[in-house]
Amino acid sequence: MFNNVNIEFTGEFFAFFLLAVCAIVGAVLAINFAKVVHMAVSLAFTFVSLAGLYVLLQAEFVAFVQVLLYVGAVTILMIFGIMMTKHQSEGSETGRPLLETLAAIGCLCLFGILFYAIRSASFPVPTGELPADNTMAIGKLLYSSYAIPFELVSVLLTVAFIGAVALAKREPEGGNGEGAEPAAENKPAPLSGEEGKTP
Amino acid sequence: MTMLGSYLTLAAVLFCLGLYGVLTKRNAIIVLLSIELMLSAVNLNLVAFAKYGINASLRGQVFSLFTMTVAAAEAAVGIAVLISLYRRRATVNVDEFNELRR
Repeated sequence: MFNNVNIEFTGEFFAFFLLAVCAIVGAVLAINFAKVVHMAVSLAFTFVSLAGLYVLLQAEFVAFVQVLLYVGAVTILMIFGIMMTKHQSEGSETGRPLLETLAAIGCLCLFGILFYAIRSASFPVPTGELPADNTMAIGKLLYSSYAIPFELVSVLLTVAFIGAVALAKREPEGGNGEGAEPAAENKPAPLSGEEGKTP
Repeated sequence: MTMLGSYLTLAAVLFCLGLYGVLTKRNAIIVLLSIELMLSAVNLNLVAFAKYGINASLRGQVFSLFTMTVAAAEAAVGIAVLISLYRRRATVNVDEFNELRR
């Protein structure tokens, strides 16, 4: 099982090792931090490391899209979500040791199975080379043989964002007057009013 | 040649960490971020196979771009649902989102 660990110590391996350590450290810290904003920033660190790994894999365009989309958009969106929803969860992440233990055991089992499968698989020697001008080749591929999926994805994005705006839009008058109050104009943060303390 | 195994192992580690976060965290935003981490691990697999697979081609990278787009849409809709839920229930704890009616 471990007999094929004959890694040649090249520069690529060292770069991979550094970036992999950064990614795993970011993910582990994101699991272990107590504050939610720290978790989000730590996961942004992981996403930057993954972009570095994409550069290492000769996927420069995917790396830049990763930085723009994940670090620039998704993480910032999540931080906005954290700011808009009052996070009172500092210190309340204590209980449930049984669930955490079970989840840890399950994840470790999954990782063991995956690791065994990866180590016991025999990968063929790769043939062919990636083209040098990555972005132009991806663009040609997207607009020639992947034109229909590309258009479908654009429709999906449009529908998803319109749906997100429609979902997050404040209703003008709460239907049964339970949740959303209409007096929201003069208060800067009506979400964190008195109702946030009751649960 | 062993670099492919290293990339796949790293992706497996990230996937398992994301799965652990999804299963144990209570804050719904952190659950969403953990799902993003799992999707990133899958993207890393795709890009690694695009370079070290049997036929090195750009199709894996194109597929990872599609995955990123779907992930962005999922994050946007997830945050919108969360904010709407927070208006109703004044919490982001996933344990308390346990009924469909309002």
